[in-house]
Amino acid sequence: MKLRDTLFLSLKTIVSYKTRSLLIVLAMALGVAAVVVLTALGDGARRYVTNKFSSIGTNLIVVIPGRAETVGSFPGAALGQTPRDLTLEDAEALDRLPQVRRYAPLNIGVAELAAASRLREVTVLGSTAEILPVRHIELAQGSFLDRGTAHGAQILLGWKLAREFFSQGNVIGKRVRLGDRRFLVSGVLKPQGESMGYNTDEIVIIPIDHAQELFNTSSLFRILVEVRSRGELTSTKEEIRKILRKRHDNEDDITVITQDAVLATFDRILRALTLGVAGIAAISLAVAGILVMNVMLVSVSQRTSEIGLLKAIGAPSANIHHLFLAEALWLSFSGGVLGFALGQFGSLLLRFAYPQLPAWPPTWASLAGITIAFVTGLLASLLPAARAARLNPVQALNTK
Amino acid sequence: MIYLSGIMRVFQMGDQMVHALNGINIEIASGEYVSIMGPSGSGKSTLLNIIGLLDNPDSGQYELDGSNVTALSEVEQAHVRRKKIGFVFQSFHLVPRLTAAENIELPLILEGIEPARRKLLVEETLLKFDLQDRSQHRPAEMSGGQRQRTAIARAMILQPPTILADEPTGNIDHRNGAEVIALLEKLHQSGTTLIIVTHDRELGARANRHIAMRDGEVVSDDKKASR
Ligand SMILES: Nc1ncnc2c1ncn2[C@@H]1O[C@H](COP(=O)(O)OP(=O)(O)OP(=O)(O)O)[C@@H](O)[C@H]1O
Ligand SMILES: [Mg+2]
Repeated sequence: MKLRDTLFLSLKTIVSYKTRSLLIVLAMALGVAAVVVLTALGDGARRYVTNKFSSIGTNLIVVIPGRAETVGSFPGAALGQTPRDLTLEDAEALDRLPQVRRYAPLNIGVAELAAASRLREVTVLGSTAEILPVRHIELAQGSFLDRGTAHGAQILLGWKLAREFFSQGNVIGKRVRLGDRRFLVSGVLKPQGESMGYNTDEIVIIPIDHAQELFNTSSLFRILVEVRSRGELTSTKEEIRKILRKRHDNEDDITVITQDAVLATFDRILRALTLGVAGIAAISLAVAGILVMNVMLVSVSQRTSEIGLLKAIGAPSANIHHLFLAEALWLSFSGGVLGFALGQFGSLLLRFAYPQLPAWPPTWASLAGITIAFVTGLLASLLPAARAARLNPVQALNTK
Repeated sequence: MIYLSGIMRVFQMGDQMVHALNGINIEIASGEYVSIMGPSGSGKSTLLNIIGLLDNPDSGQYELDGSNVTALSEVEQAHVRRKKIGFVFQSFHLVPRLTAAENIELPLILEGIEPARRKLLVEETLLKFDLQDRSQHRPAEMSGGQRQRTAIARAMILQPPTILADEPTGNIDHRNGAEVIALLEKLHQSGTTLIIVTHDRELGARANRHIAMRDGEVVSDDKKASR
């Protein structure tokens, strides 16, 4: 008997047992669909978080003054020294590294913003023009510290602040007072909303030197360094540590963190979560497998006399075995394909219902779902097929 | 050429041993027309099943066309069944979900014949057995006579040299039964060895050789000189 004929004959058989076949296919399909949809959900969540993180900057290295992890063993602390400040000169020194694409020194404080007879406290970021590309901040209008205006008393207003203070008309060029200093509004940030800690719609950004004078400090809160490529993150991190150690009298008094490390942790957690839910969904496939086994066993006992006939007209046991295996394969194959389609459709609905969630089923999950369906179907049919093949032809023929 | 010598077949029924066949010695030349008769439980079907390789004797020797077929493997025996034996049963044993044409085609599929040739052979056979207008009918949509004709067509499509028929007319009315017998006899006339198990004396008498069985033994075996 040829493989093609085995496949065709078994397909004919399952088509003729419509209801039964449909039920099995449906059970299989739901299992596969569950795997696909749940992994889409898990992976969507992972990608959502990853995207959120990269929206605050890519290939970022953050330099923080002080040695956060090992304060106790910091030798200076024992001698009553405070760790060295992180200065603008330190930041400029980092810029000499070839791997560094750009950097932005950062100071943060709170000050009173006053304009047009309004007054309120705002979060103030002090930095350079590079803060915009480094932090992926976009402007709705205007500019910040363009060429030739590097030290101008410019201020960027968060979207909400701009609307609050100047409800109508052009904001650019308006005068505002921040603490006791005067600034000219040079631009307005695009609305962004909450992003990792503070609401960028309610901040102002001013040049770093003005910020340092305003807050009466010469040290920096952070240095944000953007590396040219992701691959250079680790090596650059080391270089930065080396340069700053040299500049700080051989003291390791800074902390260098990469956003990647944080991201990797989230990535790991969410991947594990995705695998977990996929595993749970796969259990429903095992249940479908048991259903296949049950139905196949019933089918074998119902078709006993037919099996006897096939043997009588010269089918060896192997043919019978293959016929029943092929039936299971068809069922699980159809179940897998239908489940894949259902899963894709479910993921589509998810993305439709939650547009922010990139709920795309990962390829590995779809493949795994179909494969598991296939394997369970095959495993579940091994016993019934073997039982059919083993039947004694005389007894089988005499079964009604 | 069928050669049986000292064939024994014992079944275990609870703690009782049933000697279904108790030392059968028969020789059937090719082209013979044999009827096997005897009371119920005398071992007729068991004998037919052993001749058709559906069952194997517990002891004794069975040679088919000169070779010891009981020693063959399961796969080899299946091959012999396909090539040399055509079975016809009392209850037809047609596959209910397949049409007449598809039922007839089954042995060709098992034999691994190409679809194009299969189609040709099925059409020829349908024509030969006067079933062409029933080709797309399922067994449930056919009369008993038509079903048995379909079953005979299926048994004969690979042109085996031997037909084993176990009560071929047991489930059909007299008129259709006569038609089925006429068909089988026509096959015999074209050279096929025909072995019929029956309770029907009239039918049994038509054969050229009458074997009578009782309690697993052959009690008489007489050959007509000619017919
Ligand atoms: N699988 C089996 N297990 C136990 N006993 C069996 C089996 N097959 C047949 N027998 C017994 O063997 C004996 C012969 O049975 P067989 O079917 O050959 O009789 P038969 O002549 O065909 O009868 P009938 O005319 O009723 O068909 C009977 O006593 C039967 O009960
Ligand atoms: Mg019988």
